[in-house]
Amino acid sequence: MSRYIARRLLIMIPLLFGITLLSFAVIHLAPGSPTDLQTDLNPKASAEAKERLRALYDLDKPFHVQYFLWLKKILVLDLGTSFSPDRRPVSGKILERLPVTISINLLSMILIFAAAIPIGVLSAVHQNSLFDKITGVFVFIGFAMPTFWLALLLMILFGIHLGWLPISGIRSINHEYLPLVDSWIDLAKHLVLPVLLSAFGGLAGLSRYMRSNMLEVIRQDYITTARAKGLSETTVICRHALRNALLPVITILGLSVPGLIGGSVIFETIFAIPGMGQLFYMSAMARDYPVIMGILLIGAVLTLLGNLLADISYALADPRIRVSR
Amino acid sequence: MGKGTGQGLWTDFRRRFAGNRLALAGSVVVLLLFLVSFLAPVIAPHDPGAIDLGKVLSPPSGDHLLGTDQLGRDVLSRMIWGSRISLKVGFVATGIAIVIGTLLGALSGYYGGFIDGLIMRLVDVMLCFPTFFLILAVIAFLEPSIWNIMAIIGLTGWMGITRLVRADFITLREREFVQAARVIGAGDLRIILVHMLPNAMASVLVAATLGIAGAILTESALSFLGIGVQPPTPSWGNMLTAGKDNIDIAWWLSVFPGLAILVTVLGFNLLGEGIRDSLDPRLRGRD
Repeated sequence: MSRYIARRLLIMIPLLFGITLLSFAVIHLAPGSPTDLQTDLNPKASAEAKERLRALYDLDKPFHVQYFLWLKKILVLDLGTSFSPDRRPVSGKILERLPVTISINLLSMILIFAAAIPIGVLSAVHQNSLFDKITGVFVFIGFAMPTFWLALLLMILFGIHLGWLPISGIRSINHEYLPLVDSWIDLAKHLVLPVLLSAFGGLAGLSRYMRSNMLEVIRQDYITTARAKGLSETTVICRHALRNALLPVITILGLSVPGLIGGSVIFETIFAIPGMGQLFYMSAMARDYPVIMGILLIGAVLTLLGNLLADISYALADPRIRVSR
Repeated sequence: MGKGTGQGLWTDFRRRFAGNRLALAGSVVVLLLFLVSFLAPVIAPHDPGAIDLGKVLSPPSGDHLLGTDQLGRDVLSRMIWGSRISLKVGFVATGIAIVIGTLLGALSGYYGGFIDGLIMRLVDVMLCFPTFFLILAVIAFLEPSIWNIMAIIGLTGWMGITRLVRADFITLREREFVQAARVIGAGDLRIILVHMLPNAMASVLVAATLGIAGAILTESALSFLGIGVQPPTPSWGNMLTAGKDNIDIAWWLSVFPGLAILVTVLGFNLLGEGIRDSLDPRLRGRD
């Protein structure tokens, strides 16, 4: 097992290198200088001042020199300083927002798994039943649904017409004055819609995947054997079939990370949630390129970690993997 | 394929496709969408850009079937013209992704070895980035225009196609007709373009149809966030931005453009899955 993990970690090194190179290239090969926005808006900025600014961020040096200077800094986890007026270190700005984004994504991942697995299993076990057909329609609509539109509709329904849920932020203005329990309820109410919506797309995907996995497994010989020796249907499905159908789902767990993180830009912007996605959106608007590069990098590294975690859990669950590869 | 019928792939395909109700529904939606966007100048009841400050945010009525927006423009007419944007973005962005994806996939699968390793590592690295992050990072430094949007969606969406084409090419490389072509002295380029590529087109066609749906969704999300197609050009996504701004007073601005996106994407998805199932019924129900 330790050999498998070691090999798996070694594969990550060239990928990490590629990630830094691509993040860097995306920003630096795009037309328009990162400092344009600062200098263009300031009529007092002379040509000399512009040059000074470029030199300050090493932008006057050749591409590869800039890249290695940047790489040297990120190796000691220094992501530079933000271009925004607060001039704070990028790592601090991201770190204070990361927990919000990660908690919402974790919650929606739990929701996806808790709902999609029973849905997938039930529709496979009762193939072509009414339940299977209804979930089938739901899955098709789920794939085609622009989630930001669904967000708008739910905001209109629950936020405006019914007035049950708040539609912006993660805390009420007066949350500091609320008793502890009420303050938690307040937080939960703010999180209902964002978590539900970021889970929506994944929910459709995973229930379909689970269904086709389960359909494949229940046609296997060992399931027929289990039935033949007189086990109850519940035992056959829950103990013999489900375990095997669940295995590939671990991989999906890893694969769904980039989608969830990418989606956080949309949800955090719509619901005004102070997370990494919202920071990314605002930084992109302001061309705050140290922050853009930092978040791009962290998003990719989180994806890489998600895949690593999924691969290791798979190897733990299925001995065939760690022996054969 | 074509088990027992002996009528060839194309006949089989048509027979299966015609028997697939969902696929037919998808084709009808896509066909209607094309009609609407071609006939936009004829069928739009109002000028999509005509501002009428006397009729700001009026609810659906006989004159304005789907109501008016914050500048008094007719929502239905803007949606009809917006269908052109969605189709254009869907097709051009997917076209870019197909060209890049097919080219890299073909090179990777045909030559193998170092080239294959290099291209596949590039795919791995690209897949590590949340696509939306990559798009946003590039857009930050470009003027938001429909051309830039199409280019970026295409440039960040080719990885799946590369993997499909590569897998097809690895199988095809060992087939007898390819070996035969090599024996009679055909060059690499000729073998790739004339002998192998046509045989890999089936999976590309399916990926492309589903890709169009994805590109339309991405464009609408970007336009909704204000970094896609810019007003006054009507796109379904930027119409929804107005819907969000007037969320408490004008529900029709939020409901109808989103419904158009949903139906369109659903149509392309059904069409794509229908084509896949009809090309190879063994794939039915798989992902």
